[in-house]
Amino acid sequence: MADLTVKTEGVIKEYRMGNNVLQALKGIDIEIERGEYISLMGPSGSGKTTLFNMIGALDRATAGKVYIDGQDMSRLDQHQVAWLRCNKIGYIFQSFNLLPVMTALENVTLPMIFAGLSVKERNEKGAKLLERVGLGERLHHKPDELSGGQRQRVAIARALANGPSIILADEPTGNLDMKTGHDIINLLKEMNRENNVTVISATHDLKMIDVSDRIIYIRDGLVERIRSRDEIDMRVGAIH
Amino acid sequence: MAREAQSEQIQRQIKLPFGEAVRISFQSLKIRFGRSIITTSGILLGIAFFVSVMVNSQITMTMKEAMGQDAIDVFASEQETTEGVSAQEIWLVTMSLIVCVVGIANAMLMAVTERFREIGTMKCLGALDRFVVELFLLESGFQGLAGAVVGALLGTLFTVLFNLKNYGLDLFWNFPLWQTLAIIGVACIIGMLLAVIGAAGPAYQAAKMPPAEAMRVEV
Repeated sequence: MADLTVKTEGVIKEYRMGNNVLQALKGIDIEIERGEYISLMGPSGSGKTTLFNMIGALDRATAGKVYIDGQDMSRLDQHQVAWLRCNKIGYIFQSFNLLPVMTALENVTLPMIFAGLSVKERNEKGAKLLERVGLGERLHHKPDELSGGQRQRVAIARALANGPSIILADEPTGNLDMKTGHDIINLLKEMNRENNVTVISATHDLKMIDVSDRIIYIRDGLVERIRSRDEIDMRVGAIH
Repeated sequence: MAREAQSEQIQRQIKLPFGEAVRISFQSLKIRFGRSIITTSGILLGIAFFVSVMVNSQITMTMKEAMGQDAIDVFASEQETTEGVSAQEIWLVTMSLIVCVVGIANAMLMAVTERFREIGTMKCLGALDRFVVELFLLESGFQGLAGAVVGALLGTLFTVLFNLKNYGLDLFWNFPLWQTLAIIGVACIIGMLLAVIGAAGPAYQAAKMPPAEAMRVEV
């Protein structure tokens, strides 16, 4: 087996709305290798976020299979899923989703508590991660004392807390201005290179294309096309 | 075979040491101080009422024994029964405690609903359903205990002052100290239990939601 971080086979997700059944995903097959930087693109309502939730073990598929590091997720029990979320997957959200009652450092170290690290270990590791994302001076600030870009940096540090193999980012630049968004994208790319962590990002942001290895276009719950970086460069070259 | 390989890679050990849970839940109480005070005062009033009824009847009983038949004649009009707490009082206390639980359940429902996103986030970071329930129960347990302690003390204080008016300083010579302390102790436990019972439903419901769903909720 190739070194696949994520593999999906015919993933279908249905939502029941009253008497209607809405099929958000209609059979998605994708394979993502270790260390790739993937952008999921598509109009809103295309199923990007639903797919994101499936890959991130945040929701169960109606049918089909999702494998993370070769593990069939549908066969895991609650404890194993929690372990997976804690250790294998780092999440980044459009609205940051930091815990408002906790400082930057506490937010970053929370997943380390679940992983069973000691106070000393996690404070050291957390401080190091926050320094790495450029917030060494703001360890003890609460989220509401930080700017949007800074909050997203905390979220990135938190996503890296337990050395995950995948970072899942759902519209990570959606709430940020141009410049800050660019910085966040670059930071994600650096993390992707430094730690060989797979980054999968659902996005509308065209700035993402520059750093992505592949772009997966989703439309109406299906994979419309997959473009690799080279193809995109060629196309852009042809246009100019 | 596949199963063995799986258990090698995927583990199941996720922890939340009790000390950390206490610290986190305490922190979230502190940050929402105003809200916590309102929930707490609900318990406070219920427990104060409970304690004052209990202590009052205890004092009446003790004083009767101490002062003999005269006292009973004097206070017979106020105190219908001679033995302990009357059925009517039990009824009143029970009602007030039930109202108390409903109030707490309502407050916790609010507190949990507005924090769905937070709960979803916690679960993304690897929290088990159990941790979420644990955090909310600890939070409400603290509130219950704080409200009950203050309520019990206030209830006792008022009852003592009220009885001081009736019995004068004689009250202090015959004061049923141990019984009163026992009532306060029981009241504290009841207050904490009521708060935890009120919180259990909403907390459990929120905890078992898949994280994606919890975070989709806009409040």
